[in-house]
Amino acid sequence: MTGPGGSLHLRSLCKRYGSYPAVDSVDLQIERGEFLTLLGPSGSGKTTLLMMIAGFQDITSGDILLDGTSIANTPAEKRNFGMVFQGYALFPHMTVKDNIAYPLSVRKRPKAEIAARVAEMLDLVRLTPFAKRFPKELSGGQQQRVALARALCFAPPVLLLDEPLGALDKKLRIEVQAQLKDIHQRVGTTFVYVTHDQEEALSMSDRIVIMQNGRIEQVGTPSDLYQQPKTAFAASFLGKSNFLRRDGAVFALRPEKIDLAPAGAGQGANKVSGAVQSVTYFGAVLKYQVAVPGMDPIEVDVDAWRGGAALPEGARVDLTWSETAAVRLTDQTL
Amino acid sequence: MRLPIQSGWLLVLPFLLLVGGLFLGPILNILWLSVTDPTPGLGNYAQLVTSDTLGRILWTTIRVCVICTVFSVLFGYSIAYAMVHAAGPTQSRMLSLLLVSFWISVLVRTFSWLMLLGRNGVVNSGLEALGIISQPIPFMRNELGVLIGMIHYMVPYAVLPILASMQSIDGRVVQASRSLGATGAQTLWRVYLPLTRAGVVAASLLVFIINLGFYVIPAVLGGGKVLMVAEYISVQVLVTLQWGTAAMLAALLLFGVLTLLFIMSRFMKLSTVFGGART
Repeated sequence: MTGPGGSLHLRSLCKRYGSYPAVDSVDLQIERGEFLTLLGPSGSGKTTLLMMIAGFQDITSGDILLDGTSIANTPAEKRNFGMVFQGYALFPHMTVKDNIAYPLSVRKRPKAEIAARVAEMLDLVRLTPFAKRFPKELSGGQQQRVALARALCFAPPVLLLDEPLGALDKKLRIEVQAQLKDIHQRVGTTFVYVTHDQEEALSMSDRIVIMQNGRIEQVGTPSDLYQQPKTAFAASFLGKSNFLRRDGAVFALRPEKIDLAPAGAGQGANKVSGAVQSVTYFGAVLKYQVAVPGMDPIEVDVDAWRGGAALPEGARVDLTWSETAAVRLTDQTL
Repeated sequence: MRLPIQSGWLLVLPFLLLVGGLFLGPILNILWLSVTDPTPGLGNYAQLVTSDTLGRILWTTIRVCVICTVFSVLFGYSIAYAMVHAAGPTQSRMLSLLLVSFWISVLVRTFSWLMLLGRNGVVNSGLEALGIISQPIPFMRNELGVLIGMIHYMVPYAVLPILASMQSIDGRVVQASRSLGATGAQTLWRVYLPLTRAGVVAASLLVFIINLGFYVIPAVLGGGKVLMVAEYISVQVLVTLQWGTAAMLAALLLFGVLTLLFIMSRFMKLSTVFGGART
């Protein structure tokens, strides 16, 4: 549908405000057609990094290469990157159709080509009946799709998305995530997506970059990051983790990888005993907090349908897990 | 017991009476005079077509007002743009300078121009001393002088409504335009100008309407050669005592302004133009 995606190479990219490093020597290779998510809490530098790729933030040092060519000194309007802004930034004085046609009409493309392309994009985001409406007459989800169509209309090699789902309610967000993923697969454009929402990151990305304090904490596929977090930050920001100290090292242990059994029934090398501190019912899972002497309380998720009735508070339990379940982190302390 | 009108009106009644008595009354009196003095009928209005002098004065007024409006809004737009994009402290300094200019009397400003640009003013004598010119450049006591004085006086009025409309623009919309490949000029023409249109219209209206009634600046800087409606009215009232003609011209100005407002209201909500809440 559009041209092939571009590959991006960020080379020791830095952005300093005075002495404060907003982005601190970031090295990253973004593959052609990839859906890459920059994930991190606010202030982690993810948006600054995106704005540097877009050309709205200048670079203190380092380089950005698009398909091997430096674009560090190319102004934003010459980079040809599509961008979906937080809050969408649609042109309020133009109809949906004119918004989507804008990138082509500023490039002075023939009218017939523009009309055909706009129709194609309206169809892609399923907004054909709304072509003549103004942005303020649309719902948040529809506005978001207009912004997406507008940013994809000129077949950019790279699409940058800055928390595009932030303004939507949770149910709609899940629906739009699926649409976004579907559109990504159909157009083949490289997507660079910024979010602080870990579920969004896990469900859509080919790879996730976890950022903290302007640095890359860890890069990997969603399952890599979830199964093999390298740092305590990665382990706790993406999903939940219990942290155990053993042999001078710190291990991360996911709550759902722990087996919970009445005292005496637990088998295996990795076993601790404790007492149920609290139990909360979440429909699909029961979340136990287990107090273990000499450790922080351990959180355990048990499939609710499997375990029968919930164990009462104060019940003595054994916790066991397989050898591979606990992941050794690079952190020495917490 | 329910009053036939809401009791809140009683509170504003004194002010309604004041406005009615001191504002509407005299205006009605003017309208009345324009059709009764010196003889009842539309004789005063007929002068508009029969009198060459009046025609010339009206044409001068409209020409000067239009030129002044165009330049004031143009300068105002640039200044407002610079202010919006200036860093916080610079922006507040610029705003205070702008407000200070409102407090300087029109007389002071007018005579300052004479001292600067008059025959023996700083500029002319300076250029002569440098040998660049042999004759003083006639800046003042002509239409150019009137325009310089009026534009200078009106620019701050033009800035404020434009500034307000620029401040309401979401900066991301401009970024979006750039990210979609628009050049600076395209972004200005297709996004920035349309989004500040209400401010530009408000500024133009404000400047044009104030211009219509200008008296001091044309009188002083025009050197008697640029006769505009307001000055002519004063001559009719104070010198020739033709109150009917004066009243007719005043009524004409009034209707001119109201017509302008009416035309504008066909295009946009006046409350938006004058900074009211957008609905």
